[in-house]
Amino acid sequence: MKTFRIGGIHPAPDKITAGKLIVAVAPSGQLRILLSQSIGAPAKPVVKAGDTVLPGMMIAEAGGFVSAPVHSPCAGTVAKIEKIRNTKGLWQEAIIINVDEQADQNVPERPRTPEEIEALTADRLIGIISDAGIVGLGGATFPTRVKLSVPEGKKAEYIIINGAECEPYLTCDDAIMRIHATEIIRGAELLKRASGAEHIIVGIEANKPEAIDAMRQAAAQYAGVDVVKLKMKYPQGSEKQLIDSLTGRRVPPGKLPIDVGCIVDNVATAFAVYEAVYLGKPLTHRVLTVTGPEVADAGNFLVPFGLSLASIIDRAGGLPDDTGKVIAGGPMMGQAVADLDAPNAKGTSGILIIPAKMSERKPTGPCIRCAKCVDACCMGLEPYLLMTLAQNALWEEAKKHSAMSCLECGSCSFICPADRPILDFIKLAKSRIKAMK
Amino acid sequence: MNNLTVSLSPHIHSRNSITREMWNVIIALIPALAVAIWTFGLPALAVIAVCLATCVLCEWLIVRFLFHRPSTIADGSAIITGLLLAFNLPASIPLWMAAVGSVVAIAIAKMSFGGLGRNIWNPALTGRVFLLISFPAAMTTWPEGVASGVAHISGASAHANSGATLLTTLNAHPGMDLDSVNILNLLTGNMNGSLGEVGSLAIIIGLIYLLATKTIKWQIPVSILASAAFFSFIFGGNPLLDLLAGGLMLGAVFMATDYVTSPMTAKGQIIYGILIGMITIIIRRFGSYPEGVSFAILLMNSFVPLINRYCRPRVFGERRAAK
Repeated sequence: MKTFRIGGIHPAPDKITAGKLIVAVAPSGQLRILLSQSIGAPAKPVVKAGDTVLPGMMIAEAGGFVSAPVHSPCAGTVAKIEKIRNTKGLWQEAIIINVDEQADQNVPERPRTPEEIEALTADRLIGIISDAGIVGLGGATFPTRVKLSVPEGKKAEYIIINGAECEPYLTCDDAIMRIHATEIIRGAELLKRASGAEHIIVGIEANKPEAIDAMRQAAAQYAGVDVVKLKMKYPQGSEKQLIDSLTGRRVPPGKLPIDVGCIVDNVATAFAVYEAVYLGKPLTHRVLTVTGPEVADAGNFLVPFGLSLASIIDRAGGLPDDTGKVIAGGPMMGQAVADLDAPNAKGTSGILIIPAKMSERKPTGPCIRCAKCVDACCMGLEPYLLMTLAQNALWEEAKKHSAMSCLECGSCSFICPADRPILDFIKLAKSRIKAMK
Repeated sequence: MNNLTVSLSPHIHSRNSITREMWNVIIALIPALAVAIWTFGLPALAVIAVCLATCVLCEWLIVRFLFHRPSTIADGSAIITGLLLAFNLPASIPLWMAAVGSVVAIAIAKMSFGGLGRNIWNPALTGRVFLLISFPAAMTTWPEGVASGVAHISGASAHANSGATLLTTLNAHPGMDLDSVNILNLLTGNMNGSLGEVGSLAIIIGLIYLLATKTIKWQIPVSILASAAFFSFIFGGNPLLDLLAGGLMLGAVFMATDYVTSPMTAKGQIIYGILIGMITIIIRRFGSYPEGVSFAILLMNSFVPLINRYCRPRVFGERRAAK
């Protein structure tokens, strides 16, 4: 079985919600829709307080090339546009919509016929994907349109569909693959056409046999689609590691996947592309996993953007009595949330609730130079050294030792027998190096 | 409002700990410990007890009264130092010397650099070499009545049962007939020597345990043993004898693999191992000491910072020429 070659760790998978269906959550009360839901410039509102909005209506337009428009997931009235706290705790502009609970909340479909789809040019496809506000749903929220716009002189050979889902606990990608395999493959075919690529490779880790079967069945109807079972290893779902696993190519430091002929899109992104092109639906909802050892009704939920984390957790049986930490995303790379009023957004792939005793870090011991962090680093860095450099404020040295290549996957801190906060210090070094420029 | 804990990712941990790693090493030392007591009896037990007690007490006193920090003895590293130092001493050594060696190992080689993780040289070996240089007679007198590992040696029969190790006998009689050496005795500990070095089989069991629990990687022990066998062959020795007699096995598996004093990358570990093997054989062949492992390891410990500097891992996607 294939996997990436350098580093990696084996955290317990803890996929409590594996095999669960996707439960749809209706918009209710108030939705607070962030304008900045992707990497790049925030979207610009095209509605104002008092306006009536309908499901699927664009409420903010792209604010630049690297940006994505935002659509309303509900019918209702715009109450105001104000700054609220996002899951990272940062103040961001959001459109606040009072949901009209009497109205039809379904996003209307405007399906295209097979002939219409066949006739779409690559530019038109990219246009549809862009207008639908589609961004990378694996968590990085890079606008998909930008990835598909292959720069002059470069060529996309592979569309890589990321179904690795290597983060412990999360099962949303697994659920989409099991339930919507055909739609994902259709979406991938559209991505292939839009980018001019020749092959599609779907990478799925071996702990999702049902998803692999479903995807293989769906892929059998198309030529040039490979569904590859991958040996479990974290962080397989990271773009560079996945390309290495599937093609043996390595993206050089500071370069993008397209420099080695690859475009990587998450399975949920491919599904969103399918919905945008086949059904004419913009991106207004996403599947996310609400999970944790104590969560009563842990599961996968299809949630409109803008619902507060607290109200989503209510749908999974409410916040357990023993709650120490609430994480937006997975346990390895997710964000610990301070305020459960923060809304979910395009990049929120899960809500993980962990009990108090698992929330505390153990006291830090001395570095015993066991080199386990060096062996675990999937980017070939020396995490122990970067931490020491950061502790001594040697930012230039840290830069020389490739601190900026760090993915922040967390394998070093995870494996450290002395519980040293290695990644905390590497993150500090990265932010200081960025500030030096 | 909720009282939620907020911290940077990752939010889970492998639950690996220094204590767990150290106890894995201690468990791996148990077979060799059993062979030592089996071969040398109560005197061995006394030496081990003195080394253990002195090392642990010495660390506790220094941390408590000089560092004013919480006790670190529970991490198990002082226990390992005590065991390994005892393993490097003859069973007949006066117990006060064993205690002096333990104080040197902990107080000078380890704590004076700041404690666990900070020392440059392997503490147990530093203690051993201190004793070897200070008390050469006591350190090279082996208990009477224990076979030297040589079944019968023409012209050297006086040594055969009178407290000599195989390596000293070989050193004194370079031309002796090697066929008389019983390899089975070397494997099972039926020979003379330091406490922990006599049972190669027990050390190999420990090595398998360390590899299986991923406490250490194969690079250091394998490169030391392969390099020693190679240079033994080049210099006209008997590779199997060089591997099994003396402290090479013990050094390769338990001393050179000490996390703190060995290189960080696989490449560096192999270079380190090859040089240890080579220096050991050079000392054994051309030096005045019959044994060279301790000096080889301590010498290479000194080069670890340099090795770390030049043996970096290759950054993902970076071309070889780009550096």
